[in-house]
Amino acid sequence: MKVALIGLPNCGKSTLFNQVAGYKAETGNFSGTTVTFTESRVRVAGEVIDLVDLPGAYTLDGGSPAEREAGRYLDSRDVDVVINVADSTQLASALSLTLELARRNKPVILALNMVDEAARMGLHIDGEGLARELNMPVLPLVASKGRGVKGLFVKALQIGRAKASAESVKTESEASGAEERHTLAIALMKKFVTQGERRVIWRDSLDNVLLHPVWGYAILLLVLFLFFQTVYGIGKLTEPPLLILFDWITKGVLSLFSTKSLLSELVLGVLQGIAGGVAIVLPYLLPFLLGLGVMEDVGYLPRVAFLMDALMHRVGLHGKAIVPFILGYGCNVPAVMSTRTLEEPRDRYIAAALATLVPCAARLAVVFGLVAFYLGSIAALGLYLFNILIIALTGRILSKLLPEVTPGLILEMPSYRVPTFKNVISKAWFRVREFVVEAWPLLIAGSAILATLNYFELTYIFNFLVRPVTWLMGLPVEVGIPLIFGILRKELSLVMLSQALGSTNFSAVLSSEQMLVYATFVMFYLPCLATLSVLRRELGVRAMLSISALTVVIALLAALMARGAAILIY
Amino acid sequence: MTNRSLSHTKHPVKLSDVSLDTQVKLSALEDFPSLRAKLNQHGLYQGDVLRVLRVAPFGGPLLIQVNGREIALGREVAEKIFVELE
Repeated sequence: MKVALIGLPNCGKSTLFNQVAGYKAETGNFSGTTVTFTESRVRVAGEVIDLVDLPGAYTLDGGSPAEREAGRYLDSRDVDVVINVADSTQLASALSLTLELARRNKPVILALNMVDEAARMGLHIDGEGLARELNMPVLPLVASKGRGVKGLFVKALQIGRAKASAESVKTESEASGAEERHTLAIALMKKFVTQGERRVIWRDSLDNVLLHPVWGYAILLLVLFLFFQTVYGIGKLTEPPLLILFDWITKGVLSLFSTKSLLSELVLGVLQGIAGGVAIVLPYLLPFLLGLGVMEDVGYLPRVAFLMDALMHRVGLHGKAIVPFILGYGCNVPAVMSTRTLEEPRDRYIAAALATLVPCAARLAVVFGLVAFYLGSIAALGLYLFNILIIALTGRILSKLLPEVTPGLILEMPSYRVPTFKNVISKAWFRVREFVVEAWPLLIAGSAILATLNYFELTYIFNFLVRPVTWLMGLPVEVGIPLIFGILRKELSLVMLSQALGSTNFSAVLSSEQMLVYATFVMFYLPCLATLSVLRRELGVRAMLSISALTVVIALLAALMARGAAILIY
Repeated sequence: MTNRSLSHTKHPVKLSDVSLDTQVKLSALEDFPSLRAKLNQHGLYQGDVLRVLRVAPFGGPLLIQVNGREIALGREVAEKIFVELE
C-alpha cells in the first residue's frame, strides 16, 4: 500500500514522515526545504506501507518545480491514500489545497496538525463538521510530539483496504478554479473555526524586538557574531587534534613504503584528500550546519530575510538570498546548496555566484595566516570590507546583465517553534551526506592526480601556465603551484606557499605588497573543487564554468586594486 | 510614486501606502508576470482582507496578516498591489 503525504510548505509533513520513517526527510521552519520527495518503506500498525513525503505545495497546478513534482506524482503513481497535512493555525490556506485534492480521484484524509498550537492561539476547530462537509476523515495531529500519528495511519490503512475491495466514490467539489477554492476555503473556515481568546501572544512580543527597525538589526548582528564565534571556536578546538591524527596516520602508512614510488605518492595523495574532507566537514561544516538548523527550525531565518530584504535589493536580489551569504562564511558548499530555496533560476545563479565570492573558513585561514599575522588585523579587516564591497559591486553588475523578472519577496513568516534535537541533527546529517557523496570523491581524486603530477615532477608546469596571471600581480613564479593546489582546498594555498617558497617566514620571501595581493587573489579566485561540484549539480555545467570564469576575472581585478592600494600604503 | 489620499476610501490605494494596522481589502493587482500566481501560491487572493503589521526600514518589506497567517511582501510587491479600505 502506498500512502502519500501532502500539504503546504512548512505544515509539518516532513516532521510527520520522520516520526514514522525515522529521520530521512529534511525539515525546516522555512518554506521549501523538501525539494524532492522522499520515499520510505515503513511498518505501522502491523502492516508495511510505502510512505512518500511530497514537497510542500500551495496548489497542485502551481508554478514552482516542487509543486509540479507533487501534482505529477499524485496523478501518475499508484498512490492508495493521500494524507493531507494541514497547519491548524492557518486552516484557510490549507483548505484550498484540501479542496483541490478532493477533486482528484484518490481517498484523502485531512490531518489537522499543530492542534496544540491552534488551541494556544484560541482557535477552536469543529473537526466533525469539517469532515461531514468535506466528506473525508478529519483527524487531529501533533506531529512534532508524535500525538495522533498512530490513529492517523490506522485510519489510512483502513481506507486503503476498503479502497482495494471497492473503489470508493469521491464527491466532486464544485469549486474548480483556484480563486473559487480559496473563497470556499475561507467560507469553510468561518463556519468551522471559532476564534476564542488568544492565550499566548509571545510571538508578537518577540517579533516586536526581533523585527524592530533598530533592535532587530542589533540582535541580528549579535546573533551572527555569536554564531560565527561558536563555529570558529569549535573549529579551532577540533582541527589541531584531527591534523595530528592524520599526520600520524600518514607517517604510519608511508613507513610501509621503503622508497618514494608512484604508489606511495598516490597513497599520500588519497590520504590528503580524505584528510581534506575531514578537515572541512568536522571542524567547520558540521557545527555550521547544526547552528543553521537551529536558526532555521526556530523560525529566525525568515525574520533575517525580512530585515535584510532592502539591503539585498542593492545587489539585485531579495531577502531570501541572505541565507547563502551567511552560510558562505562557513563553507561555500552549503551556501550553494541553499540557493535551492530561491524560486527563480536567475536569483539562484546570482546568489550562487556571489556566495562563492564570500570568504569561507578555509580562506579565512589564508587571510589570517598571511595578512593579519604579517600586516596586522586592520589590514585583514580592511580586506574583509573590500570583499563585501566587491560582492556588492558584482551583484549590481550581474543584476543589470540579468534583468529582474520576479515580482519580489513573498515569504511566509512562520510562528516560532522550539527546535527538536533529533530534527536538527538529522538535517545536518542530510546536508553533510550530500557533501560526502558529491564533493569528497572529487577531492580525493583531484588530490591523487596532483600527487601523480608531483611524482613525475610535472607540477612546475603550473607555474608557467599561470605565469601571466602571477606576473601581472607582481608575484614570484613559484606561487603558481600553491594557487593550483588551492583549488582542491583553499587553505592549501597557504600551506603549500611555504613549500613553494622554501620558508615559513613569509615576510622574508614576500613583500607586504605581495602578501596582500596574494591573499586578495586567493579570497576571490575559483571556488574549491567541492564547491565547483555542487555548483554543477545545482545549476549545471555552463553555470559552473561561467561562475568560475567570473571569479577569476574578479580576483585578478581585485588583486590589481590591492596592488595599487599596497603601493600607496607600503 | 502616486500620492493618493487615504481619505478617498473608495479609490484603490497601493498597499505600500497604507498605514499600519488598517484593515484593507485586496482589490486589484498591477499587471506583472507571475505576480498573481505567486500571491495565490502563498494563499493571497483578490478580495482577501488584510492588515499591515510592520514595515521594515530603508524601503524594506511589509509584514501583512491575512487569513490568520503572516506574509512578508517586498516593498516592490506591495507597490503592485491595490487595496480598498474596509
